[in-house]
Amino acid sequence: MEHVAPPAWVMLAYLISGVFFISALRGLSSPATSQRGNRFGMAGMLIAVVTTLVTHEVASLPEILGAIAIGGGIGWVTARKIAMTDMPQLVAAFHSLVGMAAVLVAAAAFLNPVAFGIVGADGLINPVSRVEMGLGIAIGAITFSGSVIAFLKLAGKMSGAPILLPLRHVINLSTLAAILGLIGYFTVDQSPWIFWTVTALAFLIGFLLIIPIGGADMPVVVSMLNSYSGWAAAAMGFTLHNTAMIITGALVGSSGAILSYIMCKAMNRSFISVIAGGFGAEAAVSNGEAKEQRPWKRGSAEDAAYMMQQAESVIIVPGYGMAVAQAQHILREMADVLKKQGVSVKYAIHPVAGRMPGHMNVLLAEASVPYDEVFELEDINSEFAQADVAFIIGANDVVNPAAKTDKTSPIYGMPVFDVDKAKTVFFVKRSMGGVGYAGVDNDVFYMDQTMMLLADAKKMCEDIVKALQH
Amino acid sequence: MDFISILSIFVMACFVGYYVVWSVTPALHTPLMAVTNAISSVIIVGALIAAAADGSTTAKWLGLIAVALASVNIFGGFAVTARMLAMYKKKER
Repeated sequence: MEHVAPPAWVMLAYLISGVFFISALRGLSSPATSQRGNRFGMAGMLIAVVTTLVTHEVASLPEILGAIAIGGGIGWVTARKIAMTDMPQLVAAFHSLVGMAAVLVAAAAFLNPVAFGIVGADGLINPVSRVEMGLGIAIGAITFSGSVIAFLKLAGKMSGAPILLPLRHVINLSTLAAILGLIGYFTVDQSPWIFWTVTALAFLIGFLLIIPIGGADMPVVVSMLNSYSGWAAAAMGFTLHNTAMIITGALVGSSGAILSYIMCKAMNRSFISVIAGGFGAEAAVSNGEAKEQRPWKRGSAEDAAYMMQQAESVIIVPGYGMAVAQAQHILREMADVLKKQGVSVKYAIHPVAGRMPGHMNVLLAEASVPYDEVFELEDINSEFAQADVAFIIGANDVVNPAAKTDKTSPIYGMPVFDVDKAKTVFFVKRSMGGVGYAGVDNDVFYMDQTMMLLADAKKMCEDIVKALQH
Repeated sequence: MDFISILSIFVMACFVGYYVVWSVTPALHTPLMAVTNAISSVIIVGALIAAAADGSTTAKWLGLIAVALASVNIFGGFAVTARMLAMYKKKER
């Protein structure tokens, strides 16, 4: 039985849906067009869903509408309530759902292949479809269990520290080889045990792949899982011969891959080294005790307020610590007061600041910081040399000059902000004890022009605002 | 459609994706992830087919659960993207 070609208008409808999805991403090229883009995305989804429902004999419409209402309701409420600082774990949780949906669809296709039109003349599932299903369920399962671990780490329900199993590379590579081998064997033998073993192994490897990866490498992990969820959708699109799914899968797959690439480049690390995991664990151990005591200066909120009032230009460098302290709103207030007093204030954001790509930008937008005051690394880095004050809040590794000078440093080669060129540096940090994620000391602490503002980021900004208003 | 036509669409879409995503401004990378999340839930198409079909009760229920999961993502993903995008504002002049 060959695949019965659906009517031309159906193919056209799925194609239009795919084009709407492309427009949705295209809209994100600028904040001005982004909201329209999002509406294109919704339209594309509506077309795909309605087309599917209209062209299939639906034996269970009430149940389906019920499932959409329950799921949609949960999604809608979650989206309204979630705090912006929790966005990374929300995205990870959403990825896990796409992964699980892919697993369930592939499993349903295996149990009821006739409904999916993938049965050959011999009564067996077409061998090509078997490969697609196998890949779909494997990628879906990896996406699911990987995203669950990423979610637990991001939500702080599981330690962000890497968990290193002995022989983990051997275990991972042999599991991966077993999955691929079994999918290959599945083309000649359609036994259920092969299919379910692939599924189980894929769930396992998703888990094993993410546990050795530390918290601050999460931007790469989240992007990578984003990519996987796309490839899973694409694999199922091949099975269903569905253009909308294939186009979307390819878009999402490339999107996640590009984001992973951008993140890796911003850390000067190879994708393989991030995925292999364990970063930070070794460095922290080797650097732990042998640190010499060097002199540093402690500043107060009043010092910071005074210096920034006198300044012509201030550049703020936010990092993950700002998100943890929820300091974005009070930080914007501080900037507002300074601007009123005639100081130029700009924000400088490193690509890997925070726990997911663009994390800091969203938080600043939430705090009503206009997006044209927020700059990317390469656009603002040359301005530190002219800046009177660099105000570092919750960032550390991204301002560490060791990345430029110290070849032995684990972060060597990572592009960093030249805050050491600013006339005065204020470094908001909870204590002198903690070093950044990379576990390396930061020379900026000990520079003549640096004053350490040791306090919770939110508390410090509140005190500075008070001092500014005196 | 034969396999090669489908593969052609896939490969072309990868190229389109490559160029479109590079043009996304880094400030919108978080909304990008949220919206790609929402649109990858187009996998609901497969879930609907499974849920709608007669033949296997297990497959039908798997399909229904998948419909519910994908719906969480579709509604949640688009709503949270819209919420984030509404926050991006230009300087008032």
